[in-house]
Amino acid sequence: MSAATAPVPTPAPARARPSSAGGHLPGVARLALVRAGVELRQFWRERDAVVFVFAYPIVMLAIFSTVFGAEDQGTDVAQIGYAQYFLPGMVATGVMLTSFQQLAVSIAVERDDGTLRRLRATPLPASGYVGGKVLLTLATAVAQTALLLAVAALAFDVPMPSDAADWVTFAWVFVLGTATGTVCGVAFSSLPRSGRSASAVVTPVVLVLQFISGVFFAFFALPSWMQTVASVFPLKWIAQGMRSVFLPEEMAALETSGSWQLPATAGVLVAWLIVGLVVGVRTFRWRRRDDG
Amino acid sequence: MTPTTTPTTSRPAPPSGPPGSPGGPAVRVRGLVKRYGAKRAVDGLDLDLATGEIVAVLGPNGAGKTTTVEILEGFRARDAGEVRVLGEDPARAGRAWRARLGVVAQDSHDQAELTVAESVRSTARYYPAPRDPDEVIASVGLAGKAGARVRSLSGGQRRRLDVALGVVGGPELLFLDEPTTGFDPQARRTFWDLVLRLRDTGTTILLTTHDLAEAAHLADRVAVVRDGRVVATGTPETLGGPGARTPLVTWTADGVQHAERTDTPTALAAHLMATVAGADGEVVDLCITRPSLEDVYLGLVTNGADA
Repeated sequence: MSAATAPVPTPAPARARPSSAGGHLPGVARLALVRAGVELRQFWRERDAVVFVFAYPIVMLAIFSTVFGAEDQGTDVAQIGYAQYFLPGMVATGVMLTSFQQLAVSIAVERDDGTLRRLRATPLPASGYVGGKVLLTLATAVAQTALLLAVAALAFDVPMPSDAADWVTFAWVFVLGTATGTVCGVAFSSLPRSGRSASAVVTPVVLVLQFISGVFFAFFALPSWMQTVASVFPLKWIAQGMRSVFLPEEMAALETSGSWQLPATAGVLVAWLIVGLVVGVRTFRWRRRDDG
Repeated sequence: MTPTTTPTTSRPAPPSGPPGSPGGPAVRVRGLVKRYGAKRAVDGLDLDLATGEIVAVLGPNGAGKTTTVEILEGFRARDAGEVRVLGEDPARAGRAWRARLGVVAQDSHDQAELTVAESVRSTARYYPAPRDPDEVIASVGLAGKAGARVRSLSGGQRRRLDVALGVVGGPELLFLDEPTTGFDPQARRTFWDLVLRLRDTGTTILLTTHDLAEAAHLADRVAVVRDGRVVATGTPETLGGPGARTPLVTWTADGVQHAERTDTPTALAAHLMATVAGADGEVVDLCITRPSLEDVYLGLVTNGADA
């Protein structure tokens, strides 16, 4: 470092070039919007993904309601139709599919197919990329849930809540659940080794959570150890929050605690939101894990 | 971090002057090292690019070309060495620096469902001072395909789109990684014209290629990389030093093949005519060849190699 012959250290980047003076770097919010436009177009044009995301909860609702249509759910406390009991779980599962599963798989795939490499070479920051994903997730989650509720109400005669307070609960559980699923999806996307293995790694996680979280089976009917395990993860809480919206008040007696536990729901979801955010920010990679 | 001298041949005066100024260094690399486990993929590599020139980096597969380029692009961390790209250290440079680079990488198959125009326009919006996307699309000859899905493009069209995406931000420095692989001769020629036009507008270009004709056609200077080091640099005409270009005279006399390298092939031919020519005045199988860039390159990358 002391050698007099050493080349003159380059001074701090002087923006010597007139072209760069012509514009400032675009802000993250604007970039997220640009990315959201790109993401929406790509998502919408990949028909199979659209069909899966939108049809899965509806098809499941249809199958379960048809097969078990004759059996009412509940005890002597309250009796409701199967479709009504099943709907909150499907709303929760839809939120998880569009946020967690979609993001974890799509980011892993884009890490593989050159999308992230190409974006990395541009001035687009990671926050702009993820921001676009968040907006896409929000748009698809809203559309998918609206469609599911419409089908449930019109085709399966599930009564919609008339109380404004229920819709307020619905709104915050939906938004918080989607946000949590999104950040966890971003964090989880770093786990699969390749884009091809992404579905194989992510789907079992989603499937197991669906079975133990009271989506396919009534939560109160599950073994208590399973309930305990499920209580650690967000899906159980999203489903329970949605039950508080779509099931009659008396059904709260069927919950393991005997109540809807909305504060606990908020607490668990916020905790996962923070964990997902921290892990996601720390582990986000533009390149594959095994790539030098 | 003492700058090491590479055994280079007929290297032009090293670029000097402040970064970004005409003729100043766009890229300066000294003693670059990158290890993968025990293997040194890059092993003390030195490289300079003056602003506004096209430099072709040649070398066999596994020589360390792509690793080096990815370190310069800021994709990869290095283990040792000094690297300056547009005056900044790629390992620490931020968005403003990336806005001044263009990267055309190998085999990307992303954005399949977008149209060409959507792809270029959205990419332009990541940059502070982009070029006009429609002009860029036209300049790579894709104006007629602007509305087509990327999925539907041929390999060559796809590659030209890659270039459009690499230059739409108005880069000062463009990385082209084996850009014409899989092109037909005509598409390759069109592509070369595009690259030369970019250079004429002041873009510095670092090109990696296996195509010696491409390097000879495009590059102001060539750097040959072997075993993670630059073993020679020079213009395509002078690479390898004068010795490497010494004409080779071959002939047959008395049924025995002869070969001789000489700077005076004409004199040798005259001498042969006088001494070994047959009754008809002909020297059997007489042939004078000047080594092509490919011959020189092959000499450089095979000399002393273990394989």
